[in-house]
Amino acid sequence: MAELLVLSLGTILISNIVLAKFLGICPFLGVSRQVETAVGMGVAVTFVMTMASAITYWIQKGLEHFGIDYLQTIAFILVIAVLVQLVEMVIKKSSPVLYQALGIYLPLITTNCAVLGIAILNIQESYSFLEAVVNGFSGGVSFTLAIILFAGLRERLEYSPVPQSLQGFPIALILAGLLSMAFLGFSGFNLQALFGI
Amino acid sequence: MNAFIPAVSFLAVLGIVFGLGLAVAARKLAVKADPRIDEVEALLPGANCGACGHPGCRGMAEAIVNGSAPVHGCPVNKDTTPIAKVMGVKVETSSSHLVAKVRCGGGKVEAKERFEYIGVNDCVAAQNIVGGPKVCEFGCLGEGTCAAACPFGAITMSENGLPVINEEKCTACGICVQSCPRQLITLLPAGDPVTVLCMNKNKGPEVRKACKVGCIGCGICAKQCPQKAITVTDFLASIDPQLCTGCGICISKCPTKAIRGKVDETLAQEGVK
Repeated sequence: MAELLVLSLGTILISNIVLAKFLGICPFLGVSRQVETAVGMGVAVTFVMTMASAITYWIQKGLEHFGIDYLQTIAFILVIAVLVQLVEMVIKKSSPVLYQALGIYLPLITTNCAVLGIAILNIQESYSFLEAVVNGFSGGVSFTLAIILFAGLRERLEYSPVPQSLQGFPIALILAGLLSMAFLGFSGFNLQALFGI
Repeated sequence: MNAFIPAVSFLAVLGIVFGLGLAVAARKLAVKADPRIDEVEALLPGANCGACGHPGCRGMAEAIVNGSAPVHGCPVNKDTTPIAKVMGVKVETSSSHLVAKVRCGGGKVEAKERFEYIGVNDCVAAQNIVGGPKVCEFGCLGEGTCAAACPFGAITMSENGLPVINEEKCTACGICVQSCPRQLITLLPAGDPVTVLCMNKNKGPEVRKACKVGCIGCGICAKQCPQKAITVTDFLASIDPQLCTGCGICISKCPTKAIRGKVDETLAQEGVK
């Protein structure tokens, strides 16, 4: 149990998918204007990542069984695309407002490299099924954490006197850099020692 | 060949399973959308080029149906009549096509000069020499920067030192608008009959000293306009193209001839009645 906690916290804080691995930057910058839509995006990505981690684990087993693991990328993208379609349908049905707010970024989770990145990392680190699912979920949580923090900062930025030449995306990029540097502080954590493993 | 069969069959099985799963989900989670969205989408070009600013033709169709975009919002689609029919609105042909218009009528003859400018033939350069050679600090400098900037050769300079825009050649790209150091060029609907050819926001007497054809802000046009399409702010008249019917009463009433345009004779008579 402690190992899973270490794995989870490690993915969320130390190797944050957005701020340390620099994956999934497109929705991170695109849907971070308001905290509300950021939460929606985060939840959608978390769901897709967790499900993708679980399914791709068995897909990888199948690929290895037939000795065709060079098809990993295309097979994984297939899984992710299907999951995104499913999420899109569910959100469209349950919350049209969120569907409108997420707009084009919702189908673009398909091409969100963070999802494929987590799925491939799971295989590379040769995680067990449980570890893979926990890592997928934590990856989603780390994305959600980063995008919510960023959206909160950007909401404040709306009321700040930003120099004209930096308004909009330039200041958002600077902000993302600062946030990333702040998360660099976590890289010194020795979680194994903390939990006595 | 040994690797071929498992590879193809594996992905095929995967695809079929996922496809069936999605088909079932699509049935169960179907949302009733406005049927007009599909109709409008079918009438759009379907190239998903994104030139309208919406995510693909579907996005454009949704925007048209919920009213946030006009029926002629697609820049590629030439014939908007079928879409207008679906939406039950009239086609606004005049507002779909813009042309550049120079908002100054004060050429060499009409506008007085403070000094003679014999520098580089460039409006920005002329503007930088104590604010330009003309008395009017709003009017056309007449050095032809817009004509040089136009990539379609739609602007020529008249002998009176004013730019003349060929509406046939103008594509409303807006490059001339940006080139003008005095922001005199605006994009207005083509065929828009009446324009205030002045941008001078000074009081009447000052305008009279500077130019024979400047708008002195007397407000006669605003009072006479049967459509109430003209408003005078900062001693300058402006016409709302949405309300203007082109009757031309303002053209005949303007004491300085600052309002000019092509007038439809029948409309003018109707307006007088």
